[in-house]
Amino acid sequence: MALNSPKPDDIRRKRRFELLMLAAIFFFTLLAMRLWYLQIISGERYQILSQKNRTRYIPIAAPRGPIYDRSGLLLVDNRPSFTVSVLRQEVTDKEQLLKDLGTYLHSDWQELAADWDKRRYYPRYRPIPLKSDIDRDTLEQLAEHSVDLPGMLIEVQPIRAYPYREVAAHLFGHIGAITEKELNSREFVGYRAGEFIGKSGLEKHLEAYLKGQAGEKLLEVDVKGKELRQLQVQEPLPGKSVYLTLDRDLQLATEQAFDEQAGAAVVLDVNNGDILAMVSRPAFDPALFARGISAEEWQALVENPDHPLQAKAISGQYPPGSTYKMVTALAALRAGVVTPDELIDCEGRTTVGNRDFRCWKKTGHGPTNLKKALRESCDVWFYEISLRLGIDRMSAMARELGLGRDFNLPLDNERSGLIPDKEWKRRRFNASWYKGETVIAAIGQGYVLATPLQLAVMTATIANGGTLYQPQLIKRIADYTGRPLQETQPVVLHQADISAKNLKSVKNGMVEVINHVAGTGQSSKLAEITVAGKTGTAQVVKLKEDPEDGEKPSPDEIAYRLRDHALFVAYAPAENPQIAIAVIVEHGQHGGSAAGPIAREIFEHYFNIQPASPEQPEE
Amino acid sequence: MFDRRLISNIDWILLFLVLTAAGIGIMNLYSSTSGWNMTGTPIYLKQLYWLGLGLLIAFGVALFDYRHLEYLGIYGYIGCVSLLAGVLLFGKTSMGATRWIDLGVFNLQPSEITKLVLIVALSTYFSRNERPDGYALGELWAPGLLLGTPVVLIMKQPDLGTAMLLMFIGVTMALFSGIRRSALAVLGVGGVLSMVGGWFLLHGYQKDRIRTFLDPERDPLGTGYHIIQSKIAVGSGGFWGKGFMQGTQSQLSFLPERHTDFAFSVFAEEWGLSGSLLLLALYLMIVLWGILIARKAGSGFGMYLAIGVTAMIFWHIIVNLGMVIGLLPVVGVPLPLFSYGGTSMVTTMIGTGLLLNISMRRFMF
Repeated sequence: MALNSPKPDDIRRKRRFELLMLAAIFFFTLLAMRLWYLQIISGERYQILSQKNRTRYIPIAAPRGPIYDRSGLLLVDNRPSFTVSVLRQEVTDKEQLLKDLGTYLHSDWQELAADWDKRRYYPRYRPIPLKSDIDRDTLEQLAEHSVDLPGMLIEVQPIRAYPYREVAAHLFGHIGAITEKELNSREFVGYRAGEFIGKSGLEKHLEAYLKGQAGEKLLEVDVKGKELRQLQVQEPLPGKSVYLTLDRDLQLATEQAFDEQAGAAVVLDVNNGDILAMVSRPAFDPALFARGISAEEWQALVENPDHPLQAKAISGQYPPGSTYKMVTALAALRAGVVTPDELIDCEGRTTVGNRDFRCWKKTGHGPTNLKKALRESCDVWFYEISLRLGIDRMSAMARELGLGRDFNLPLDNERSGLIPDKEWKRRRFNASWYKGETVIAAIGQGYVLATPLQLAVMTATIANGGTLYQPQLIKRIADYTGRPLQETQPVVLHQADISAKNLKSVKNGMVEVINHVAGTGQSSKLAEITVAGKTGTAQVVKLKEDPEDGEKPSPDEIAYRLRDHALFVAYAPAENPQIAIAVIVEHGQHGGSAAGPIAREIFEHYFNIQPASPEQPEE
Repeated sequence: MFDRRLISNIDWILLFLVLTAAGIGIMNLYSSTSGWNMTGTPIYLKQLYWLGLGLLIAFGVALFDYRHLEYLGIYGYIGCVSLLAGVLLFGKTSMGATRWIDLGVFNLQPSEITKLVLIVALSTYFSRNERPDGYALGELWAPGLLLGTPVVLIMKQPDLGTAMLLMFIGVTMALFSGIRRSALAVLGVGGVLSMVGGWFLLHGYQKDRIRTFLDPERDPLGTGYHIIQSKIAVGSGGFWGKGFMQGTQSQLSFLPERHTDFAFSVFAEEWGLSGSLLLLALYLMIVLWGILIARKAGSGFGMYLAIGVTAMIFWHIIVNLGMVIGLLPVVGVPLPLFSYGGTSMVTTMIGTGLLLNISMRRFMF
């Protein structure tokens, strides 16, 4: 087998060596081709992938835009808050850390552990927030002991601040972290997980303006997500500033006028539709939602029988009661079925078919004209003319004055009330309209429903001579430097077809309601200016038709919850109207005694503090 | 026994190629482990020490005449197979595999020595049983048994990578020795069938590796992570690379096992296609040089031995590189002279010593 022996397989062997070398070269060529493919053909793709690997875009939250009142007084702002988070990769002993944090934060460590587990899906480099908005003392303690709490992180986050707490709480709504579902919807394209968005109220409806433009940091990170250095930074752009039409001090005065009572009030500028104050009571502190409401706090709000979470001014639908009588009167005058001076004898009741409809005054008002009917709120006068008028013409007037519709305000749950007519009843109940239903509609009972906002709009429209303005809540939107981006102009929705003569007759009646010795609304009378208005009572229980068999129980005997709602609408000054008010006091019983004083306080504030309001140029 | 002529016959070219590859490897280790803040000797220095030790061993191996191995080989083989059996019976289990025997002072991994011992045993067999017309199927039972016994024992550990390499080495040597076409055809069909059958004998993690190899995105954070990150590292190197110590995949730790099995990915990332092809050429030269040494060997035993050692180095290179550039499944096979690790370095340097030995004695008959 020595190689030097001349054998034919020497050639064969030589061939095998050549084959071996060729095989080796072949395999190496394969490797080289593969390297060519990876590094040259796909090189660019892999360079992008490696770039993505090593860099991380960290969003910098943009401050949300502040909300101001009409003159630039701050209503909603941001303040820095401190959140305790954990950076998982730096935690050495999870249980020990949670137990220690539990002590400092006065929380059960197992609850903290549950919060932790809920956010397990977060990317590894994202800290998990455990407790938001800790107080200064806790912050100091934690900062002092941070060495003993490996993995703990204190993050600064802007949080919504409401310096006036409950004031106008229902308007602002609240913000919260964007949900997974919202994140996937088309509406929130461009949002990132963990961002805060408006969940209700103005925060939600003005999201596009209030939301700033988040900035971002481009960081170089290692495989554990540890930040090595900052490569680029783009500063965030704060959200837009929103100026409401509200007058902060008037809003404040209105809220205070309610004291402990439940109800709502709306104050409008009669000459342009600006909402100067919009109050729903009781209210809540929106800060509860900003920092995360606890289960007990939520329970307390939800179970409160006065519904503090409901924005009664726009979503509370009440029978307007006697405040509806202007509608009936104007419709009757326009239809010509009655003149202002026609005397109708009130004997305390009107009989329709076999039913009796009673006046609130059992003994009756005697011969009554329009002025007296409004002034003393005589029901029979309206019963009688409603029979001549019919429901459809009555309701048409109501709609021209702004009732029975919503105004598409940037708020939640704005209701449209209800102005019934024959067609509506046929559609709704497939039944024909009864005369008795017309009679009770004439005094704002039965099917008729209106929100306090609608009643204020109605009053403003009467006050200004029939121009139905779109009620406005947003006055101006400006960028963060203060440069105005858009300014709201008054929008006329409709010009009611009411003659000056008819209007004057009704207005005269409204003036007497307040200023005549027999008027039902004297509690709102002011020495300095002339107020015009109308009281009303909204029945909580069904209107009792002719309770012949027994006397109505005295108010004291009626449980509070069954007491009637007190209503009051007014405008002033009577000769040159500036503002219109609608007030409802739930279970306040009589408009004059319960709601009237609130309206008076509003007028007092409005005219005392701004006796010659620059907002109200003479037309 | 010592002849001064030997010194003058030292194969400087082989030595130069091997040391160049090892030097580049150490430089690469310096880069890939530079971010580590560990106490004690840095990895690249340790590798340098291993290289030094390996060189001493290589010279030691080169000194005594390799032809003695022809007679000693059989004892080594028997001892080695016993050790492998011993590992299965008494071995230390770590990470689900039994590969070590705890000798108190150090852990012995017999499967590594097996590669060399098998090469010696097969060289002895093939050099003594030359078949001018090639082996018929029936004549292959003896070399088949020599190869099969350690392969089965190592598969049992289980250490698929080493078993596979043993197969490759053995088959390369057998093919070189010559096998008849009819036998080749039967073996080819049998091989395919046994691969299909073997699938059912594989452990779950081994099947996973193969599935993940076929589709790395199947499990991008688990077993597929290695392949994906390695391909990103290699691919992002482009033509010129990102520069020494500038590879983001390796410097920022996205690349796992970057000092051991995936050391080449670091190199390819930092030096690009240009550097990778040069390194590839260097390795190819080592392999071709090894084949030339076999061609010029002074004896049949020496020729087979050189072929075996070269095949061992060659298959390590192919399997490792194939793995890191996504051509082969991830099996833990190091790149000779390049991956960090004493065992691999010593084995490769013993092989280098044998090649030097054969090369030096090519004129002695």
